[in-house]
Amino acid sequence: MNRVGAAAAVSIAIFAVAAPFFLKPFGIFMISMWAVLAIAAMGLNLTLGYAGQVSLAQGAFVGIGAYAVALLTQAGYPFVLAFAAAGGLCFAVGWILGYPALRVQHHYLAFVTLAFTTLVFLVLRNEEWLTNGIYGINGIARPAFFGWSTRPAPNFYFFSLGTLAVLSIATWWMLRSPWGRAFVALRENPIRALSLGLDTRRYTLMAFAIGSGLGGLAGGLYAPLVQFIEPSSFALGMSFNLLLMVIVGGSGYFFGPFVGALIAVLLPEWMRIAQGYYLIVYAALVIVMMAFCPSGILGLIDRVSKVVLRSRPTAAALGPRGSAQGSVHEHGP
Amino acid sequence: MASFIQLLVSGLATGAIYALIAVGFTLLWQTSQTINFAQGEFVMLPAFFILAAMNAGAPFWFAALIGIALAVVILGLLFKLVIVDPMLQHGVLPLVISTIALSLLLKESAKDFYSSQAQPFPTLVPATDIHFFGAVISTQSLAVLAVAVATIVTLHLLLDRTRLGRAMQATAQNPTLALILGIPVRRMVLYAFLINAVLAAIASILISPIYLAKFTNGETLGMAAFVAAIIGGFNQVRGAILGGVILGVLDNLSAAYLSSQYRGAFPLLILIAIILMRPQGLLGRVEERTV
Repeated sequence: MNRVGAAAAVSIAIFAVAAPFFLKPFGIFMISMWAVLAIAAMGLNLTLGYAGQVSLAQGAFVGIGAYAVALLTQAGYPFVLAFAAAGGLCFAVGWILGYPALRVQHHYLAFVTLAFTTLVFLVLRNEEWLTNGIYGINGIARPAFFGWSTRPAPNFYFFSLGTLAVLSIATWWMLRSPWGRAFVALRENPIRALSLGLDTRRYTLMAFAIGSGLGGLAGGLYAPLVQFIEPSSFALGMSFNLLLMVIVGGSGYFFGPFVGALIAVLLPEWMRIAQGYYLIVYAALVIVMMAFCPSGILGLIDRVSKVVLRSRPTAAALGPRGSAQGSVHEHGP
Repeated sequence: MASFIQLLVSGLATGAIYALIAVGFTLLWQTSQTINFAQGEFVMLPAFFILAAMNAGAPFWFAALIGIALAVVILGLLFKLVIVDPMLQHGVLPLVISTIALSLLLKESAKDFYSSQAQPFPTLVPATDIHFFGAVISTQSLAVLAVAVATIVTLHLLLDRTRLGRAMQATAQNPTLALILGIPVRRMVLYAFLINAVLAAIASILISPIYLAKFTNGETLGMAAFVAAIIGGFNQVRGAILGGVILGVLDNLSAAYLSSQYRGAFPLLILIAIILMRPQGLLGRVEERTV
C-alpha cells in the first residue's frame, strides 16, 4: 500500500471510531449494519474478486450463520462458541457446496449458488421445529464480554467494528501469503496457474469456503444486531445486494467491499426523496457503471489517479469477448 | 390414475411455457454469450404492458399485440442496444451483473408504476373442464399447450427450413466463418434478441392467467428457464424444450405426490444432480473448458 493509501486508511479508521459519538441511535444501527455487511462482502470478494467465481450464495451463508448463533445462544451456549460455530459451519457447508459447484464455472456457478440460496430459504421456512418457520426467532441477546455488555448501540457498533478490523487484518495477511497470491493467479490466468503446478481446484475451493466462512461470521453478528431474524431476510435479495456491494465498491480491491457496503447501507437513506424508487435508481446506476467502469468505484478512482499522477492513459479493462476468464479486473489489490 | 392424467396435462402445459422461456434463453447464449439473469422479468413484464393497454380501452387481442410489440422494442431492441452492446467488450461477468441489476430494475418498475398487488389476467379461452376417462382437464391447459407447441413448431421451421434460420444457426456455431460466408452476423444476433422478446411475451400471455400478473413472477420463471436449459443442454434449442417439459411435469407431480412445501426445491435438486453427472445437459454438446 502506498503512502496515500495508508493515509486514507488511517483517516477512515479515525472516522469510523469517532462516528457513533455524532450519530443518533438509528445512525449507529446503520453503521453497525455497515460493519456487519462489510464482513460478508469481504468474504464474497475473496470468492469473486480474487478467485473470480460468481457466487449468489453469500446471503444464504449469512442466514446460516445468523440462525446458528441465534439457536445456539438461545440454547444456552456462550456467544463466542456460537460465533465460532457459525463460521465453522459455513466454512464446512461452503466446502461441501463448492466441491460439486466448482466443477462448473461463472454463470453456471452463479445459478447453482442461486439454487442453493433458494434451498436454504426453503429449509429455514419449512423446518419449523428448528427455525420457527415464517415467525422467525425473536429476542436474540447481545453478548457481554467480561462484564462489558454490547447491549447499548454504540457498544455493539464497536464490537462489530473490532470484529471487522480483526477479520480484515487476517484476510489481508492471508492475501499477502502464497495462498492469496494463488487466488489472484487463478483469476488472472487459470491455465498458467495450473501449469505452474497450482492445484487450482483446491485453491478455488479454499477461497470459496473461506469466503463462505466469513459470510457465516457476518451472520453471527447480524443476528444479535437486529435481534429478530426470519427466513425472508436471507432470501435472494440479500445475496444480490452483497454481490452488488462487491461490484460497486470494486471487486478484487481489498477495500472495495467496504465502500460498496457503505453505499448499499447509506443509499436508501440518502435517497429518501426518491422514496420507493431508490432501488430503480440504484439498479440503473449499477447498469451504467458496468458499461463504463466495470471495476467499480475504487477501479474508477484508481484509473483517474493514474491518469492524474502519471498523465498517461491506462489500458482499459478489456477481457476478450466471452472469454473463459470473463474477468473485470485490470489490477490486483 | 385420473388425477395422474390431470397432473400430467397441467404439468405439460407449464412445461411448455418453461420451454418457451428456456429456448429464448439459450438463443441469447448461443448467438452472443449473453446470460440473461432478467429472463424471468422479461416474462413478467409484457403482462403489464397488456394490462396497461387494456386499461386504456383496447380489446384483449389488440392489447396482446401491443404487448408483444412493446416487448420486441423494449426487451429485444433496447435491451440489445443499451445494455448488451456496450457490455460485450468487458466479457461475460459484467453483463451477468448488469442483467441482475436489470432484473431488479424491471421488478421495481412494475411494482412502483403499476401495482404491487397480483392482477387478474384474461384467459385465452373460457375456462371449462373436459372430462376424459374420468380425468378433469381444463380447456385452459389445452389452449396453453396448443399455443406453446404452435410457437415452438413455428420457431423450429424458421430455424431449420428457412435461409434466415440457417444463417442464424451458422452465426451461433461459428461467427467468424459465418461472417466470411457473407452472413450479416450482427443482424442475426439482433434477430435472436427480437425472437427472445417475442417468446417471452407469448409465455407471459400464457402464464399470467395461471399465476396472475405479479411483479415477483420473474424470480421463479427465470430460475425455471435456467434449470430447463441446464437439464436439456445449454447449447441446444431441442435441449431447452426437453428440459422445460421435464421440469414442468416433475414440478407438478412432485408437488402432488411428495411435498408441496418443498415444491420449489425439486427443480433445484435436479439441477444440482444434472450439473454433477452430466454438466453438458441431456442433449447438449460438450463445450471446451479452460480448466
